[in-house]
Parts: sequence; C-alpha cells; structure tokens
Amino acid sequence: MKPRTRWEAVCTVDDLVPESGIAVWTEEGPVAVFYLPHRLPALFAISHTDPFSGANVLARGITGDLKGEPVVASPLYKQHFSLRTGICLEDDTVRVKTYPVLLDGNQIRLEVRANQQTSIAA
Amino acid sequence: MSKKTLIVIGNGMVGHHFLEQFCASPAAADFEIIVFGEEKQLAYDRVHLSEYFGGSTHADLAMGTLEWYTEQGIQLHLNEQVTGINRENRTLETPRGSYRYDELVLATGSYPFVPPIEGNDRPHCLVYRTLDDLDAIRASSEGARAGVVVGGGLLGLEAANALKSLGLEAHVVEFAPRLMPVQLDADGGALLRHKIEELGVQVHTEKATTAITEGEDARLRMDFSDESFLETDLIVFSAGIRPQDALARASGLEIGERGGIVINNHCTTSDPHVHAIGECALWEQKIFGLVAPGYTMARTLSAALNGDRELAFTGADMSTKLKLLGVDVGSIGDAHAQTPGARNIRFNDEQAGHYRRMVISEDGKTLLGAILVGDNSHYDTLLQYALNGITLPENPETLILPESQGGAPALGPDALPETASICSCHNVTKGDICGAIDAGCSDLGSVKAETKASTGCGGCTALLKNVVDSELEKRGVEVSKDLCEHFPYSRQELFHIVKVNGIRTFHTLISQHGKGHGCDICKPAVASILATCWNEHILATDHVPLQDTNDTFMANMQKNGTYSIVPRIPGGEITPDKLIVLGEVAKEYDLYTKITGGQRVDLFGATLSQLPEIWEKLIAAGFETGHAYGKSLRTVKSCVGNTWCRYGVQDSVGMAIRLEDRYKGLRAPHKVKMAVSGCTRECAEAQSKDFGVIATENGWNLYVCGNGGMRPRHADLFATDLSDEELIRTIDRVVMFYVRTADRLQRTSVWMENLEGGLEYLKQVVLEDSLGIGAELEEHMEGIVGTYQCEWKTAVEDPEKRKRFREFVNAPSQTDPVQEWTVERGQRRPVLESA
Ligand SMILES: Cc1cc2nc3c(=O)[nH]c(=O)nc-3n(C[C@H](O)[C@H](O)[C@H](O)COP(=O)(O)OP(=O)(O)OC[C@H]3O[C@@H](n4cnc5c(N)ncnc54)[C@H](O)[C@@H]3O)c2cc1C
Ligand code: HEM
Ligand code: SF4
Ligand code: SF4
Ligand code: FES
Repeated sequence: MKPRTRWEAVCTVDDLVPESGIAVWTEEGPVAVFYLPHRLPALFAISHTDPFSGANVLARGITGDLKGEPVVASPLYKQHFSLRTGICLEDDTVRVKTYPVLLDGNQIRLEVRANQQTSIAA
Repeated sequence: MSKKTLIVIGNGMVGHHFLEQFCASPAAADFEIIVFGEEKQLAYDRVHLSEYFGGSTHADLAMGTLEWYTEQGIQLHLNEQVTGINRENRTLETPRGSYRYDELVLATGSYPFVPPIEGNDRPHCLVYRTLDDLDAIRASSEGARAGVVVGGGLLGLEAANALKSLGLEAHVVEFAPRLMPVQLDADGGALLRHKIEELGVQVHTEKATTAITEGEDARLRMDFSDESFLETDLIVFSAGIRPQDALARASGLEIGERGGIVINNHCTTSDPHVHAIGECALWEQKIFGLVAPGYTMARTLSAALNGDRELAFTGADMSTKLKLLGVDVGSIGDAHAQTPGARNIRFNDEQAGHYRRMVISEDGKTLLGAILVGDNSHYDTLLQYALNGITLPENPETLILPESQGGAPALGPDALPETASICSCHNVTKGDICGAIDAGCSDLGSVKAETKASTGCGGCTALLKNVVDSELEKRGVEVSKDLCEHFPYSRQELFHIVKVNGIRTFHTLISQHGKGHGCDICKPAVASILATCWNEHILATDHVPLQDTNDTFMANMQKNGTYSIVPRIPGGEITPDKLIVLGEVAKEYDLYTKITGGQRVDLFGATLSQLPEIWEKLIAAGFETGHAYGKSLRTVKSCVGNTWCRYGVQDSVGMAIRLEDRYKGLRAPHKVKMAVSGCTRECAEAQSKDFGVIATENGWNLYVCGNGGMRPRHADLFATDLSDEELIRTIDRVVMFYVRTADRLQRTSVWMENLEGGLEYLKQVVLEDSLGIGAELEEHMEGIVGTYQCEWKTAVEDPEKRKRFREFVNAPSQTDPVQEWTVERGQRRPVLESA
C-alpha cells in the first residue's frame, strides 16, 4: 500500500533564489528546494543531507548541468547529485531522496509522508 | 610435494620490500617463509627515522602491519638475533632454537661505525640508526646542555638537527677539512658550513678525536689531536656505516676486502642457496647505502627465485638531493671529477648563498656529475643530462647560471630521450608514456591509469603533464584547454571575452559564448573573472548562484555544515580592545577559537543564521572581512620590524598593513599570500609566499611566486632595493598580470613556470614594460583599490541579502539536528562520525 502523503506548503516564491537552492524544514526533515528559471520544470526538491558527510548542506551547493542532466554539487566534497533522480554521478550506488514539488499560487508545496496527527489536521 | 623453506634474516626496509615482492609472486606458494629480526619492532621506514623526534611513532613509520604478515602466512620472529649459519646442513641458530632452510636471504643491513677512540664505550656515547638508538639519545638528553655529533656526513648533519630539536646546543666534529666530504667539494662544503652555522649548529672541521674522558663542566670531555678539547654531555657517532656481514663471514661466504657480502647480478652469494640484498651486499666492489638500490636488489632476487633471470641488478645511480637543516644540497654522479680528463665549471654566488659545479667530459659534450648547495632548482635538469648522456648545449655554463645572466631554462619535454625516467616511484620512462599514447591513451588521466606514473609521491605530476601534452600535440591531438563542457575556452580567453565585450553576467556570457547551464567548475571561474573586471559585490543577485558556498556565505564551511569566521587583522597587528571583542563574541556564540598560520584568529562553529549577527558585532568593533573564504589576498604576514626589533632596518609592520589594505578583496585565480620581513633574518618567512618582501638598508627586495602548502616552492628574487612606491608599483603590475593571464586555480608559482620565458619574461614585462601594458595594469589596479567595499558590511546592512542566511527559510527557530557537539580542552568541537 502506498503510504499516505500530503502536500506541505514550505515557502513562497519570494524565498527562492534563482539558479540556486534554499533549505526548508519538513516533517521528514531538512529538504533542499532549487529554482532553475532557465529550465522546464524549474523546481526541484531533494534531501538537504549530503550522504557523504552527513551534514545538511546540499541547498548550498552550486547548480548546473552535466551532459544535460540538472545537478547540484555538494559544497563539502563536490560530488554531483542529479536533481531529477537524486543519483550521485560519481557513485551510482548512492542516491539522495527526491520530493515531488509544485507551485500553488504563491506557495511552494512538497509531497511528504503524512503522519497521523498532521493528516487529520490537514 | 611438501613446501620448501625460505628464511629471511633481517626485517629492515629492504627485507620487508623483498617479502612484499615475493609474496605477490607465484613462487610464494612453494615456500614456508620464516623471518628473523633483531630489532623488537616490525620493519619501519629508516629513511624518515628523524621524524621520530618530531612526534612520529613506530606505527607512523612502520612499513607493514602484523596482520599482513599473518595473512601471508609468514612466521615472524622479532627480537630474535640469528647467531650462526651452518651452510652444510642448511640450518641456522638463534638463542631460541635451530631452523632448517632451503633458500636463505641475508638482509642484515649495516651498523654504525664507531671509531676506535679510547673511552668510546662510556655512558652517553651513542649511535643513530634504530628506534632504540633514538630512545637512548632522548633519555641521555634529559638534563643535558650540549651534544656532539662525530662525523659531518649526511647522517651526521641529520643527527645534529635532531640534537637541536631536543633543545641541545649542537656541535659537529668532522675529521676531514669540510662537511659532507663524500658528496661535496671544498667550496660547496664551505658554503654548507656557513649556512649550517647560521642555523646555530657549531662546526669543527679537521678535528681528530684522541680520547674521551670525564668532563669537568659537562659529562664528557673530548680531546683532539691538536691539543684542543670540547666538553659535552653526550656524543653521537656518525662516522659512516659498515655492512653487517658478521654471520656471512663466520659461515665462510665470500666477503669483500673492506667488508660486504659478495653477490652476483642476481643477488646470489658464493653459495647458490644463500642470497644477500640491501646494505649488507657488495656488488662489483660497491656497497649501496641508499634504499632505492636495495629495493631494486629485492625485486631482482624475487624474480630470480621465480626462475626469471632476465631481470639483473646492474648497479644504481647514487645521486642525491635533499634538504639538510633546511639547506638544499644536491650531488650527482661523478661529483669529484675523478673521470680522467674531466673538467669543471663552477658558479659561486656568496651573496645569495648558491654554489653550483658541473663536471663535464673532456670533449665537453656530456655531463658527468654535479654539486649543488643552497638551491636545488637545477637538480632535475642536470640529472636528466647526466643519466641520459644528453649532449650538452654549446655553452654548458648556461645550465647553472641564474637565468638573469643568460642561464638556460629547464629542459623541455622534447629534449628528453625515450629512456629518461619520468616517474621514479613507478619506474616509468618517457618511452613507456609514448607507448601508452600509441596504444590509445588520449589524455593525462588514461596515461596515469595505464602506466601508474604520478600515482606515488606525486612529485612528477608537472613533468608528466608536460610530456603527455607535448607527445599528444606531436601526434596532432589537440590538447584541450577548455574550462569545462560549457565553455570551449581557457580562463584567460574567457577573461578577454568578458573584458572586450563588457559582459557583466554569467547568463549573458554562457548564452553568447557557451552552451548549457554551467556547472561548479565554470560558474566560480566566471564569477572570479567578473569580480576582477567589474568588482561588484559578490552577493549582487546575478552573482550569488555562481559562487562556491564559502564565497556565497563569506565564511569557510566546515565538515559539519557550520562555518568559520576570520576577520582581517592587517599585518597581524591588533589592539587589546579589538582582541577583547573577538574573545567576547567567541564566548557569546561558543565558537572554537584558534590562531591561524596567517597571524589572525579563526572562530569556528557558527551556524548560517548566526553569521550576520556575529558580523554586525565585529563590524561595530571596527573589523572587516578577512576573505579567508575567497580566491583572493589572504594575509600579509609580518615580523615586528625596526619599531621594536634590534635587527630591523625597515618598518615591516607598516609596509605589511599598507600592502594588505591595498590588495584586500582583490579576486584572483587562486589565493594569494604575502609577507614582509624587517631584515634579512626573514622572520616572516616571506620567501614562501606569492609575494615576499624583505627589508634592506636601502629599501625592499621583492621575491615572487613562492608558496607553502603541499608542494612548497621558494620565491624568486625579482627586484632589489626598491623604494616604497616602486615596490607597490611593481607588485601592482605582477598581481594584475597574474590575474589577467593565469588559468583557473593556478597559483602564481605554476603560472610563472608556465609562462613562456618564465621569470625572465615576467621581469621584462613588469620591470622593462616590454609589452607596453605597465600603465594599463597599474590603472586597472587603482580602479579596484578605489571600489573596495567590505562585503560583510554591505551584506549585514541589506535586508534582502540577509535573507540568504536563513538556515531553514520556513523555520527560524529550528536548529540543525546533525550538529552535535562535545567539549575538548575547554572548547566546543563537533562530534566526529559516530561509529
Ligand atoms: C637516519 C637515517 C637517514 C637515512 N636517510 C636516507 C635517505 O634519505 N635516502 C636513502 O636512500 N637512504 C637513507 N638512509 C639509509 C636507508 O635507511 C638504508 O639504505 C636502508 O634502511 C637499508 O635497508 P636494509 O634492509 O638493507 O637495512 P636495515 O634497514 O638496516 O635493516 C637490517 C635489519 O636487519 C637486522 N639484523 C641484522 N643482523 C641480524 C641478525 N643477525 N639477526 C636478525 N636480524 C638482524 C637489523 O637489526 C635491521 O633491523 C638513512 C638511514 C638512516 C639511519
Ligand atoms: C579546503 C580548502 C582550504 C581551506 C578551507 C583553508 C583554510 C585556511 C585558513 C582559514 C587559513 C588561515 C589563513 C588566514 O589567516 O586567513 C589557512 C592557512 C593556510 N593554508 Fe589553507 N585552506 C585550504 C586549503 C589549503 C591548501 C590546498 C593549501 C596548500 C596549497 C593551504 C595552505 C595553507 C597555509 C600554508 C596556511 C598558512 C598561511 C600563512 O602562514 O600565511 N591551504 N588555510
Ligand atoms: S626579520 Fe629581522 S627585523 Fe624582522 S623580527 Fe626578524 S630579525 Fe627582526
Ligand atoms: S592541512 Fe588539511 S586538515 Fe589542515 S586545515 Fe588544511 S586542508 Fe584542513
Ligand atoms: S615520482 Fe612519480 S609518483 Fe613519485
């Protein structure tokens, strides 16, 4: 059975930084949201946690593309992670979690797992 | 078939290397292996023995691990001396038992020679060969004031340095008229002596010790044949080594006239079942007191035991290059011109302390040997000439003349023959590299993977790259200097494009001159170019996403995602009030505090959201950003200079502050460091910086393109006796020329070495204005100095910019859960990876 999810509002368009990332706090922990205005889709969300160091830093990496794949480079040890799949380009056995993300009016929403309490509230 | 037994006597460097080679070979399956070592420790790196006094332990120096020996099934008997060999029965004896062998390997090394002087067996008379010896020296140094080393050779000088590091007054007593008599000539020895005395080691040459007796003011007294004497608390004998051949001698093996176990080209002794390798072996009347020939013997013997008799030991090059007490010394081939008809060319600059001598053949065509003191930068080129018999240029003296006097630049890759050794760690020649390229390798990475070149110590990286580039170019392969997949240009080309077309954003540049969306290589490079050209605030909206996190947040990210803060402290001068502010801020935010190597204070452990608050406080107290995060000027280190120091001849602090204030914030291809010393004693270590300034009676000497770090390089003297204004104008020009023409992440040293024409060319451009761009470079610099702003001041005053420093934009009070802390030596630090 697919776990129940909900679309959590995490920030507004004004919080985003074009061509870069910001970090938000969700019930699943820290998530990095990237806004790449020159691409379609323009919004990406992946875990903020760098799997190589364990530090919460991925939103602070440099974005770009490698052979067409949108990526962010970890600011600590510089591995690249695909923004679409979360897979590490240097070591495809490592993958960070990705989150569906959408723009709802002025709100940015992420699809996160719903735990009991909040799903009632939502 | 039951296994045969192979016994190795001696668990030193060469014995261990042999085991590594042999255990990886097919024949290992046929043998039980037993190893006896007289020392109680597992084989360790004797070459770096002196580091034991610098804090290294046996574990740091060990060549292998006990687990490895167990895995290989080797029976290891440490602390067990072999006392006899019976070759008829093929057995040997130790105090603990008797053992049978089928093949026996002697790797017993050598022992220090102690001259037969009356009293040489008194307490506190020691030697320098093993870890136990060093423990004994350390113990003896307790309560001692002075120490004497007998013997002024390579090892003796190293031992003298060790005594110094133990806090003793160090003396060297040498029988010969000069230091390092084997490697150096009279002039070279005299210069080395002068340099070493400057470092506080007292040298006594032409002294023959006749007796050691009890001292009056110290523990011991040494009497010399010329009736003089010296009192000392301990004596270290370092008067040469002798091959450890006692066992072989007693068992009737053939021994050389002056010692050493005679071996053939396959390292076998006069008994076909007994072999000898390393310093105990004598090949064609020669003992090899270096580790590399020993390793070659070990590989040869391992091959022979595998039935491969193609590999043969055919002697070894005994050239050496080293730093003794910080002084460069090099000796190549026939340094003493013993070849009949050999002729000498000498260059002696007593002022700079450089001595060079070339020994050339009678016909003047080949280099036979060389001696270098004070500066080893010519060593590699000379060694290539000597080893490969390359024909000397018409005026061979140009090889050792300074470039300013018409000296020739280093040998280009084309001049090297196929047999030239490029990587000595993995024994890769130029021919091997050409072979790899012909077999399909088309870039540096694949040549490295194929040949293993440059995967050892890394010392050959630059040479390898030059050879590969030049070979690829010869084969018509275009060597790509492209920045990355998004821009088909080098950094320098991009710089021109930006400047000429007046481009001010990354987006314009990539859409007009590149492709795709950029990456973490080109974005910071372009950001740095834009900053140099237009000097806009790095947090201007268009630039933010281009920067590395350290530039974006103007602090250095640490391993747990927090940042460190380094305020600028120009010239290292700080008022007590400002120091108190630093302390108060650190205390308030519980920041780990450490003094940096650049004479400033580093505060660690600030979270992203704390950065602007902390900087508000620092700015209010008058601090500015230190740019420790940027590829830009770091610090200008200085000594205290003539305002306090009794030796000082100029105000080094004043000049350092002036330079730091002038160049602070300038973006460059890589970080730039400077230093100013107030006199020739050089307390600020200016010659290890990109720009080093040393005061003279008449002004300032400028050194350029040095660096510390992984591969240190001494800066080159660029101009002398400059006035304040001349100094600044000269630095302006060099800095700007570097910023405009260097590649991404290229330090000044590499940049200068890659300039066609090198230092000489740079001097022409800067001092003689050969390109006619001097005024333009200065003007560009003036423009940058005029638009300087403290990035942190601008950032904290702008609410939009401050928004960037929210750790989680939707949860201001949420702290980062992975930042766990513990307390050590009274300060907070991150918990290291939980196991
Ligand atoms: C301070 C110092 C600095 C040096 N610097 C350099 C340098 O910069 N470059 C360089 O190339 N070389 C240098 N050397 C020389 C280098 O260390 C030697 O060339 C190398 O260690 C020789 O290796 P080996 O295995 O032949 O001898 P060793 O490493 O001496 O090993 C021989 C071992 O055999 C043991 N042994 C002897 N007899 C018996 C027995 N009867 N039974 C059991 N065991 C026995 C000894 O105890 C010893 O452990 C330096 C040496 C010293 C001391
Ligand atoms: C991960 C990248 C690095 C970081 C974050 C870093 C950070 C620092 C910092 C903060 C300082 C204190 C300097 C100051 O006061 O401003 C410093 C000093 C120093 N760093 Fe680095 N560094 C890095 C890489 C290197 C490398 C690659 C080298 C060698 C090439 C190097 C060599 C030095 C040296 C020699 C000093 C002492 C400076 C002096 O005495 O003037 N660093 N470093
Ligand atoms: S370099 Fe000269 S002036 Fe500066 S502290 Fe050292 S001795 Fe004094
Ligand atoms: S030497 Fe290594 S560990 Fe120390 S600060 Fe520099 S990069 Fe970090
Ligand atoms: S010489 Fe090539 S890696 Fe050491």
